[in-house]
This record gives sequence, C-alpha cells and structure tokens, in this order.
Amino acid sequence: MNSLSPARKLSSWLGNSEIAAPTDIESAALRSDRFRLEREEDWQRLEEIVKRMESGGLRKVDDEDLLALPTLYRTAASSLSVARETSLDAATLSYLEALVQRAWFQVYGPRKGFFAWFRGFIFGGWSRAVREIWLDICIALFVMVAGAVVGWLLVAQDQEWFYRLVPVSLAGDRVPGASRETLEASLAVEESTGGLSTFAAALFANNAAVCILAFALGFAFGIPTLLLLVYNTALLGAVLWLFFDAGLGVEFSAWLSVHGTTELFGILLSGAAGFHIGRSMAFPGNRTVLDAAQESGRRSAVVMVGNVIMMIIAGLLEAFPRQLVEGHEARFVIGGAFLVFWLAYFFLYHPRPVVNAETDTREAEASA
Amino acid sequence: MSSATTARTAPAYLEKRKRELVTPEGIAVPVTIATRGSRLGALVIDVLIIIFSYWLVSLIIGSIASGVMGPAIDNLEAEVSGAAEFLNILYILAGFVIWYGYFLVQELGPRGATLGKRAVGVRVAARGGGRLTPEAVIARNLLRDIEIFYPLVFLFVTMILSIAGIDGGSYIWAALLWFLVFLLFPFFNKDAMRAGDVIAGTWVVEAPQTKLADALSTQGAAVQGSSAITGAKYEFGEEELSVYGEHELQTLERMLREAQPEALAAVHETICRKIGWDPGAGDERAFLEAFYTQLRAKLEGGMRFGVRKADKFS
Repeated sequence: MNSLSPARKLSSWLGNSEIAAPTDIESAALRSDRFRLEREEDWQRLEEIVKRMESGGLRKVDDEDLLALPTLYRTAASSLSVARETSLDAATLSYLEALVQRAWFQVYGPRKGFFAWFRGFIFGGWSRAVREIWLDICIALFVMVAGAVVGWLLVAQDQEWFYRLVPVSLAGDRVPGASRETLEASLAVEESTGGLSTFAAALFANNAAVCILAFALGFAFGIPTLLLLVYNTALLGAVLWLFFDAGLGVEFSAWLSVHGTTELFGILLSGAAGFHIGRSMAFPGNRTVLDAAQESGRRSAVVMVGNVIMMIIAGLLEAFPRQLVEGHEARFVIGGAFLVFWLAYFFLYHPRPVVNAETDTREAEASA
Repeated sequence: MSSATTARTAPAYLEKRKRELVTPEGIAVPVTIATRGSRLGALVIDVLIIIFSYWLVSLIIGSIASGVMGPAIDNLEAEVSGAAEFLNILYILAGFVIWYGYFLVQELGPRGATLGKRAVGVRVAARGGGRLTPEAVIARNLLRDIEIFYPLVFLFVTMILSIAGIDGGSYIWAALLWFLVFLLFPFFNKDAMRAGDVIAGTWVVEAPQTKLADALSTQGAAVQGSSAITGAKYEFGEEELSVYGEHELQTLERMLREAQPEALAAVHETICRKIGWDPGAGDERAFLEAFYTQLRAKLEGGMRFGVRKADKFS
C-alpha cells in the first residue's frame, strides 16, 4: 500500500475520468475488489437473463443465454462462497446473495404453469390422488353413512329433532306433518329454465365453499371435518325420513340422486382429503409432523381441485336436469350414470404417470 | 459477539430470520424469512386489488346489462331475461375465479409472488430447497379462507353482536378461540408459517433485488493514495488500524455510499479521536476513503490467514 504501482500512477496523472472507468481492474487497490471486477460482467449478464425470465418466462430468453444460464448460476454461486471468505465488501456480498437466490429460483422454479399442470391432472393425476387416500375415503364414507342413520333415527324417535337439525330457511314447507301434496310439489319439475342457471351458479359457489371448509378443517387433526360430515349427513337423514314417512321415498331418492351422486361424492372426497391431512399429522409415523403434513397436504390439494370441478357439475345438474327432467326412472338413470362415471374414472382409470417421468428428465437436464 | 457465531455482523433479529437452502448441487443459498408485518402488508394490497377488480367487473357487467336491457325491454322479453341471467352467472363465476385465480396463477408464475408480495419484496418458496409445485401453491391457497377471512368475519360479527347487546352464548367464544388459533398460527413458529404453508411445505422469503454498487476501492483517495483537494496523503499504521473490526468497516462502507457530508464529518471526527489524530476539516471524504481501504486491506489480509475480527470489542 505504500508505493503506487505504475498503472495507478498513470491513472492518477490522467485525472478522474480515467479512474471512474469501472473495467480498470488493475486500478482496484484491494485484492477482493479485483476479484469482483474480474467477475462482475458475468454476474450482470446473469442478472439480465434472470430479469427477463422473471418478467416473461422462457420466451424472452434466447437459446444462447438459456444455455449459459446454469454455468453463470454456478459461477455466481461459487463467487459468493469465495467472496464470503475473502471480501468484506458488504454491498457486493448482499448483491451476490440476492443474485444467487434469484437465479436459483429461476433454475429451480416451477417447471409447469397452471395449464400444463391441469392437463396432467385431468389425465391421470386426479384419479391417482383419489386412489392414494382410499383409507380416508372409507373412513369418511363410514362417518357419512353413520351420520345419515343417526339423523334418521333421531327424527323417527322425536320429531322435534327435525327442527333442531334442519335450518328453517332450508326446510321451507318441508316439515314433519306437511301434507303429501306439499312434499310432492317440492319435487316437481319447473316449467322453464328461467332463473335456474343463476341458481346453479349460486349452488356451485355454496357447495365449493362447503367442500373447501371440510378440507381446511382437516388441519385440526381431522376432528372438525368429521363433525361437519356428521352434521350434514344427519340433516340428510332427517329429510330422508320425512319423505319416506310420507310415502315419497323413491321419488325423493330419484330427485336427490340426479345431483346428489356427484355432490355427495364430492363432499365425501373433500372430507376424506381433510381427514387425510389430519390423520397424517396425528400419526406421522417415521416422518416429522411437518413432512407428513406437507406430503398429505399436496396430495389432498389435488383431490380438492377435482372437487371444485365436481361441484360445478353438481351445481349444473341440480339446477337443470333435476328441475326439468320428470319421472323418477329418468332421474335415477342420470344420477346412476354419473355415479358409475366417477367410480370408473377414479378407480378403473390407471394411465401411466407420464408427467412425472417428464419432470424427472427435465430436472436431470437442469442439473447436468 | 463470540467467535462461535458467524463473523458476518448482522443484528440479532435479522440473524434469527436467516435460513440456508441447499440446492441439489450442494450450493448453499441464503434466504431470509419474510417478516409477518410485510406479509400482512402484502395481503392488504392483494385484497385491495381483488376488491377493486370485483368492483370493475361488476361495473362492466352492470353497464352491459343496462345496455342489453335498455332498448330491448319492450319487444323481446324472453331473450332479455336470458341475457341478463347469463350476465348474472358470469358475475358469480367471475367472483370465484378472481378470488382463487388471483393467487394461484401469480404464485405459479416465474416470480412466485402476487402483486402485493412483489410490492413488499417477498415471494413463496418451497421449504428446504425443492421445486415449487402447483400442488403446493394450490394447497397453501385453499387454506387461506379459513385462516384469515373466516376469523376476521367472525370477529367482526362477534363485535357487532356484543355491541348490540345480543348474547351469542358460549359457543361464540369457543368458535372465536378456534379461529384465533389459525389467525395467530404464524406467531407460534419460528419460520412464520401459516397453516397453509405447513400443509403445502412452503414458506415466504424475502426476494431482494439489489443493484451492484460501485467498488469503493477504485474511487477517490482509495486509489490515488492522496486527497484530490489538499494533496494530503493518508497513511495509517498497524496500531491505528487495529482499533476497528468488520462491523465498523461495513458501517463505514454504508456511510461512504449513502451518507451526507455532515454525517461524514462526524464520523471523521470520531475516528480521528479514536486513533489519536488531530481532526482537521474540509477533507473528510478523502480521509475516510483512505482509512476504509487500508482497514479493509488489513482485515481481508487477516481473513486469508483465518484471522477475523468481528468488531472493535473482539
């Protein structure tokens, strides 16, 4: 530090403009700054590529830059570890840390956008996720059946229970003691489609919200999910008793089956998905609770996206065919066909998981 | 600071939020967990944007509806009601799509952040250094309702009820407690995860975008060795340089990059007194640049031999 090198002497004679030139590596008085000046061009190129990827995905980046990206990323990362041990320049260190992090997020960012993912989801991903939570589906099904039986028995014993289980707004005219004609009228077809599509959209929003609630409550070890299922099916059991008691059991079942096979299946699946999370958090096995929650949560999320689709279909069925199709045979056929379709789709449809293999090769390419 | 902790001198509250992701190649990438305050800020911005788009959509649909209704109201009533109904459905579905799509599509994008998150400089990342998958993003967003919006609505309703003097019964308090567990969840784990993050295996980290600042040792007195104003040459001895450590060096660096001349004068005076020089006036910047460069050369020289001095006390 005591004597000036010839290069620096020269630059000091020439004045400020020469000194300001950033590429003059020799002018740096410190070794760590020379290290930085030698590499900063690469860093800035990486930053430029990352910035373009952030703003518009891969389309804005040409092939040459894309090929250079992994190398530049690793150069920056190794610069960071060298700089941490040799440099005390806080500005450079924080720049490098931010740069490496941003580049890492791009190199290991989400491979697929929502739409690519959705294609894989429809063709295999959904049914696979449903099959993976079969045990929880069985438990949720048992709870739902038990809930319906309990609802039936309670109301059969004491009709006061009906008013406690079924909210007034939902029941309307359908209360114990109502005449057979009143009950029959509530199952009849509507004359036109007027207002029904709005009804369908509203039903969908409502049903989807119930499903998401059933799923989200699973976080508390699944208990609230089961309570929600029991309550909702007890309500169903009470209404079932009401119609069977009036001798309208078959008609009511037909009316319900049109959308009910899809809707109840959806509620069953979301309850099972929520319970799956709760169960794996309560009994994580060899994994940590966090790992278990994460694994089951991602699997359940796939089931839940499917549920939203099921709720759209259920809402449409509830608004149109149920209100427009007459005769309980026709209604049973529609409902039954949907039940068969869902069962076949979930449990017989076993496409090979193409998507995962594709992701793996891409990952291998990225790290190669 | 003990020698066991890292020599990078950051405040304790910052150090507490530092995490290290290890990439598949074995490179450690430093990340900082976003503060709960910044996440709240991001949420507020996002909700405002969503409310604004709701309002915009209802405005557009409303104006279309009045356009459809207005002239045709007399002659074709059946068609009018059909068109109005279609618009109504559109409105309900738009609400659903905006609410869930807003978060999903943006968090799956290359930035991994919604507009609100971008505004406060945070992003979603997979915990532990994996890839952020669509499943994870969906899972974390499905839980948002029950964690934040139901509790808030419930709190609000409870407040109104109690103001109106209606006794909701004990179940209200039980439900409130239950919702508060979700609302306060991020305050009871060190990574500030909300329940959705736990389920999805994600966390929210800071996404700093720093510009590369100029190298200080290529400027001014650091490279010329003498002041441009007075021509004075500042040389510091071993003893004078050994009063400060890395923390003071980096504070000085920040001052040189950002501070006003008055602040530099104060620093200059402090340093001069500390090393026993007679503080002059008018040439503070050159003095500080020279001092910074020589102190850094000394400390970095020590680093190369494995000797580090965290701050002036060590």
